[in-house]
Amino acid sequence: MSILSFFKGKGSKDSQRADTQDRGILVFEHTSEVIRAETVIKDAGWRVRVMGPPPEIRTGCDLVIEFPLIEELNILRILEAAGTRPLQVVPVTSPLLQPVDIFQTKDYGQHLMVRAANMKLTVDKETLTVVNVSGGGCPDVPYLAQEMVGKTLADAPAPESIGHTLCGYALQLAYEEMRRRC
Amino acid sequence: MLAVVGTVPDRDFPLVIGRVALEGDAICIEGNRAPVNRGTPALVAAAFKAGEVLGQPPPLVYLVGDIGLGDGSRRLYAHLSRSPGEMGDDVGAIAFHYLQPDVDWHNKVLFAIQELTRPPVLIADAGFMYAAKMSGEAAAYDLFTPDVGELAFLADEEAPHPFYTRGFILHEGMKAPELIERAYRHENAAACLLVKGQPDVIADREGIYATVELPVEEAMEAIGGTGDTVTGMVAAMIGAGIPVKDAAVLAARTNRLAGYLARPTPATQVMEIIAQIPSALEQVLKEHRSSQECRHA
Repeated sequence: MSILSFFKGKGSKDSQRADTQDRGILVFEHTSEVIRAETVIKDAGWRVRVMGPPPEIRTGCDLVIEFPLIEELNILRILEAAGTRPLQVVPVTSPLLQPVDIFQTKDYGQHLMVRAANMKLTVDKETLTVVNVSGGGCPDVPYLAQEMVGKTLADAPAPESIGHTLCGYALQLAYEEMRRRC
Repeated sequence: MLAVVGTVPDRDFPLVIGRVALEGDAICIEGNRAPVNRGTPALVAAAFKAGEVLGQPPPLVYLVGDIGLGDGSRRLYAHLSRSPGEMGDDVGAIAFHYLQPDVDWHNKVLFAIQELTRPPVLIADAGFMYAAKMSGEAAAYDLFTPDVGELAFLADEEAPHPFYTRGFILHEGMKAPELIERAYRHENAAACLLVKGQPDVIADREGIYATVELPVEEAMEAIGGTGDTVTGMVAAMIGAGIPVKDAAVLAARTNRLAGYLARPTPATQVMEIIAQIPSALEQVLKEHRSSQECRHA
């Protein structure tokens, strides 16, 4: 199997492994740009992962996209066309941090709460109305809460569409899990 | 007196500095209004209410609009790092709150404040606490107010944000005392920790100082802003001169009692709990005075 088939298309899901020297990371200014770029690249059929940046380029609230270095030009071309150019492209030289991927749920009877990392989303199980957003520490959390609370899951904006930080990304994971469950 | 530094989820909200007022469900400062739903406005509203009971002036607030892009936070960081002395000597405590975590800016602000002739008590929560931990300067702070998930982040010496807390720390049954010990071992905790959870835990480098577990209202965990209200109250008490650990215990008790009095459901909004702070704090202070009198009798 070629390195290409590891990363491109649905047929590659049988293996997640790639050697460190084969991978690079795309660095963006905001998490919201990472989320947009991830969608663009995945829609084009490439397998990429959202990860934590290496220590030397961390600023405090970061995500990067890990991608197969051999495909750098193709992926940059796709991003360029979508108007989402990264600030930097850096080869991976050390293990990257893995985002939290475990969900916790709490059933209050009428309400269900889903927690992803430090973010919690609570909905009314009958009406599917978002009744609360809690946790987190980045400034888009109060903004996301303001925009989502009081709306149904169908009507509320997805956190990925208006969030900008890691807390916003974590809330998106909780939102997706909630939609799976409700 | 207390100063609060944080953000408002409104991109058009200007950088404002001044004494805050609470009008209905909104805080008002220099002609600008911000609804109290969660985040820094909830912290400020809780501090305002607690300060009234304690006979304190309204908090001095440094607020700016930021919806997560970090632009407002950076303007506020720049202002603070340039002119920390404008706060005045009567500011005894500063609570830093929902700010975009940024290590470089954090360091500039911290170092500028440390240059003051009378450095205030430093309290950090939310995004600013993340930056304080990641900068390696956690020990420069007097109080952090994490929830249990954020405590796991403090305990994980590798994680730059709670989003990257490693699974073996988050999910292998590590309890608060172990996490606290680990956070101190790696110099990632402030002098005192008020861990918001069930129970609330107040600790320092020596171990657990106190736990607060009653009354229990399960719904509180789901309500956005209930952690902000604890931080607001403990900050107000410290600003009033109450020692940090005692203030942490009193704030944890008051928040629980205020929650209980609000008869909350997971759909309750935090302003309903803030409205109960005066009666809850009066009751907690009365009990505290009684227990001290008994101890001295």
